[in-house]
Amino acid sequence: MNESASSRSRILKRLHGIHSQSRFADHPEITEPQSPSWTTEEKISRLKSMMESVHSEIHCCSERDFDTVFRKVADEKSIASLLYAKNTQLGSRIHSLKQSTPEKMPELVNYDVTIETMKKRIFSIDASITETLGGIAETGSLILWPSRDEPRLMSLIPPIHLAVLQAEKIYNTFSEAIDEGRWAEKGMPTNALLISGPSKTADIEQTLVYGVHGPKQLVVFIIQ
Amino acid sequence: MSAKANHSPHRLSEKAFFESSGSALKDPKLRRNFKRAMNGLMEKRRDIFPDASELEETRGRAGGIRRKTLAYFPELLEKLEANCESNGIRVHWAETTEQANQIVLEIARSTNTRLAVKGKSMVSEEMHLNAFLEKHDIEAIESDLGEYIIQVVNELPSHIIMPAIHKNLEEISQLFQEKVDPNRSSESAEEMTATARLILRQKFHDADMGISGVNFAVAETGTLCLVENEGNGRFSTTLPKVHVAVMGIEKVVESLQDLPPLLKMLTRSATGQPITTYFNMISGPRREGELDGPEEVHLVLLDHGRSKIYEDELLRETLLCIRCGACMNHCPVYTRIGGHAYNAVYPGPIGKILTPQIEGIESVGYLANASSLCGACVEVCPVKIPITDILLRLRRNRVRKKNARHWTDLNGGKSLMELMTWKGWKQVLSQPSLYRTQASLLSRIGNLLPAQIPVLRQWARSRSLPRFSKKPLHRLVEEAGIDHE
Repeated sequence: MNESASSRSRILKRLHGIHSQSRFADHPEITEPQSPSWTTEEKISRLKSMMESVHSEIHCCSERDFDTVFRKVADEKSIASLLYAKNTQLGSRIHSLKQSTPEKMPELVNYDVTIETMKKRIFSIDASITETLGGIAETGSLILWPSRDEPRLMSLIPPIHLAVLQAEKIYNTFSEAIDEGRWAEKGMPTNALLISGPSKTADIEQTLVYGVHGPKQLVVFIIQ
Repeated sequence: MSAKANHSPHRLSEKAFFESSGSALKDPKLRRNFKRAMNGLMEKRRDIFPDASELEETRGRAGGIRRKTLAYFPELLEKLEANCESNGIRVHWAETTEQANQIVLEIARSTNTRLAVKGKSMVSEEMHLNAFLEKHDIEAIESDLGEYIIQVVNELPSHIIMPAIHKNLEEISQLFQEKVDPNRSSESAEEMTATARLILRQKFHDADMGISGVNFAVAETGTLCLVENEGNGRFSTTLPKVHVAVMGIEKVVESLQDLPPLLKMLTRSATGQPITTYFNMISGPRREGELDGPEEVHLVLLDHGRSKIYEDELLRETLLCIRCGACMNHCPVYTRIGGHAYNAVYPGPIGKILTPQIEGIESVGYLANASSLCGACVEVCPVKIPITDILLRLRRNRVRKKNARHWTDLNGGKSLMELMTWKGWKQVLSQPSLYRTQASLLSRIGNLLPAQIPVLRQWARSRSLPRFSKKPLHRLVEEAGIDHE
């Protein structure tokens, strides 16, 4: 038996050795929290104000207006190169946008090879754009489940992260998102994330500074 | 409680503690830095919990979840292990920090790791992992900004959430100039953050291994959760080809639904934030067809005395802790002496109960004495750990242990002197004539007793002797015409 296995059996033996009466002695009833139930409008406005309070930029627009709003943001922020995932619905939209109006669009970089192949390149891209699985109104958070098509590092390495959120996918709470999305039953992805703003730190004399390791800016398009 | 070989480069002793806390008290800059920071953190926490009854309810819920977890502790650890393994996470068990270090080293060797980037982890501090890896020619770089700052000057974190809180802007700016990058302007927090971003992004790019802690590990799904603001945790766990997570075994929770209330209490109690920027849930290495993420994920489960702590019903509550740091933010002792004075990995109230239990009560039990028992920590603890009760128990255990070789151990570990004193006291107080004789004797000669005589000497070491009244109280009462019946 190797050392890890013998440590394992000794640790578990000690824990199992505790008299069960002592282990299960009157642990208190856990009450369910009162969960808010906001309307879609209320959820949007709550999420918006929570996220704006931590320096995120929120644009509400219709499905149809997205192209215009997106191009305007890309232009304002002088985004010259954009990391995207061509195989997603959003990715194909961005792709056709580039084809129809190439002069008004940044250079597109598709994340379609392994990170080992494009590590150097990815550190020099201005921005990325990703879909989201949903949002959380209570805490002002985006839910991301990166996938084969839309890898994990897209929302981390480029200095500007653009994210698209469907208004009807904003949950009241984190707990509701886990429940309604049936996370436990479905099984978790390699990596699931809540993102609630651009990267930040207050480690130097408690001074809040945005953009320490991850994105310096987070832009959310809420599609109504 | 076993006294283990301690590989800490810092000497732990009662004398050293008295000296370091004494000099901390005399350091006005240090006291200013801490006072300012703690006031700020207390204010932020107060603002995010405006409703006292709701706060009570949420604390009850969070504490309930942690207590439920501990009731099924071994079963949940087995479930966590099984589900992590089926997700492709390799699980390792370590009873001691030496074993845990060895496991990390073996993984590093098998993956040809030369450079590791680290996310913030108190368990890795407990292991003194950086120093250990360095001895074996593996560079381990802290990537949390606060941890990075103190690593540059080779110090221990002075706070479990804000490791560099003992330093002010000017001091950090100076160390950036001297030790980080003399060619860049490093005057404001923004400039220094930008410098660190540049340097550490290169490290993330180059690193072979990422090392992280774990805030919660979900048994139900085999998911490791990390709570952070900076994104360095995500970098460390996503970019390098190997990810090693080190975790104290008590960090397990049962289900995904346990996460929301605990996360809520953690971020609010720690820094008054409704949520941190990132909540990172990792359930395995890169899967077939995925383009990024580590190829190997390892989980090191560290005991280091925790299964011993679990044996006692009261002491077990120490294991409820979710490491928010609210107890230190509100501690009058911590605020005045700062985090380094304790010379221990975990400072403040949680450190006073945890350190003696994992490092040995014989060697560091004195930490349990460094409290006024004011109970502020108990009031703010998000999971309601009875810190003061545990402190008192540890004090008692320490005294008993000290006197354990004495024959009077039959009397609950009291020393002969203590035993005699209490016996005598009882005699005097239960016999009115004896009491009166003693009282009138003391009122006449009590003030002449020199402070150097035994018994009084111990009392007078840190207190001034009380003045005896010329007349005992019962005489004064009689003279005032009050009928004492």
